[in-house]
Amino acid sequence: MSELIRVEQLSYHYPKRRVLDAVDFSLHAAERVSLEGGNGAGKTTFFNLLVGLNKPKSGRIFAFGRERREEADFHEVRAQAGFLFQDPDDQLFCPTVLEDVAFGPLNLGKSQAEAEQLACTTLAHLGMAGFEERVTYQLSGGEKRMITLAAVLAMQPKVLLLDEPSNALDDQARERLISTLQQLPQAMIIISHDATFLSQLSTRRTRLEGGKIGALS
Amino acid sequence: MPQFLEHSMTSWHGQQLLHQHSLVDQFDPRARILAMTLFALATVFSHNLLIPAIALCLSIGVALRANLDMQRTLRRVLAMDVFIVLMIVMLPLTTPGDALFHVFGFAASQQGFVQAMMIALKTNAVVLMLLALLGTLEATTLGHALARLRVPEKLVHLMLFTVRYLEVIGREYKRMRKAMKARAFQPRANWHTWRSIGYLVGMLLIRSLERSERTYAAMKCRGFNGRLYLLDRAVWRRCDNLLLLAAVGFVLLALWVSVGVSVNDVSMNE
Repeated sequence: MSELIRVEQLSYHYPKRRVLDAVDFSLHAAERVSLEGGNGAGKTTFFNLLVGLNKPKSGRIFAFGRERREEADFHEVRAQAGFLFQDPDDQLFCPTVLEDVAFGPLNLGKSQAEAEQLACTTLAHLGMAGFEERVTYQLSGGEKRMITLAAVLAMQPKVLLLDEPSNALDDQARERLISTLQQLPQAMIIISHDATFLSQLSTRRTRLEGGKIGALS
Repeated sequence: MPQFLEHSMTSWHGQQLLHQHSLVDQFDPRARILAMTLFALATVFSHNLLIPAIALCLSIGVALRANLDMQRTLRRVLAMDVFIVLMIVMLPLTTPGDALFHVFGFAASQQGFVQAMMIALKTNAVVLMLLALLGTLEATTLGHALARLRVPEKLVHLMLFTVRYLEVIGREYKRMRKAMKARAFQPRANWHTWRSIGYLVGMLLIRSLERSERTYAAMKCRGFNGRLYLLDRAVWRRCDNLLLLAAVGFVLLALWVSVGVSVNDVSMNE
């Protein structure tokens, strides 16, 4: 199995709180790894470190075949590791759905026609065709979640980093998200507290506790 | 502000006038903005009573054709008229001129009265037209149209971001306010109230700041490099030309009337 992401001895702390203490972790192709752990354990911080939004205090990050150190190194990582934020409202900032989904591809240098095409096919693939002209702030919670997923998938990433994706979804929206994620080929790390959600998705379970990530049986 | 004049200040959806699909909707947003601008300029710069009167009739006509929700429209126009009424009362008393009548020894001048009428007509005409032509637009559509009219992109995005997050922040405010009520908080004129409101506002600022940081991080994750994109496909049609032509016609009428009036003034003076 090819290795996509690996971290070695990764440490991070906030001024008054130690969250990651010499963590080792790796993600391989086609894996769906759960990352569990209590509130404030540092799960979101771990994601932020992986895509370079926070700088590690020590340790090394390897992603997609190279070590990543500087901000410029992480531009490529962000394109290939799609980060789904906990709150869809943080992610959907464009006026219309089409613009939001096309925002990533346009940043990756696609032409306007290509980006729109890509956005439309991604939306259709997720069963969200017909939402293109909808206004982002008038969507329901479940719809917002699917649109943010489309926005991330439109960049054609190799890895998905999902931060509590089933948060605040009703049963129907949750089922839909599960079946969608099951069909995706990407490797994933999924932060969640939702046991049934994880049992249907994850191929390997891990837990972040006391600054360390350990395997869960 | 009295209860009946109050409406949602934080949601654009609340700002948008509910209306059924109407004649106004078939025009391109750009045509509506341009026509509105011409109409407003012609009305505001006119120096006689005739043009503002015609303008008010026109806006009432357009507002009726736009199927505006009467109650909400009136509420908004009234909210503005509260300020105007004050001016109408003050102007005759403060403008020097021929006395019409006396109030407590102060002379109310005819010139002041005409001035006040003019202001009332102009403001109501412009606001009513604004509600009919632009108030019926979705905020995002308005933003797109402004961008297509070469309004600086940064300003347009500033407006769109504001509209986007006003709703979110407004919701956050309402949630915190409810949480306060749930713990039996009642605003009174005391130190506890002022301090609690202070906490509320402070917390709202901090949360907004943090949200803006998260949004920026999300944008970076999708490769944001300083450029924002707007995609829309508004089409300029023949009826848009007609709308613009009508607005230009109104401007010409206003010019013609004002020239006619000044010629009359000159001949009367001679």
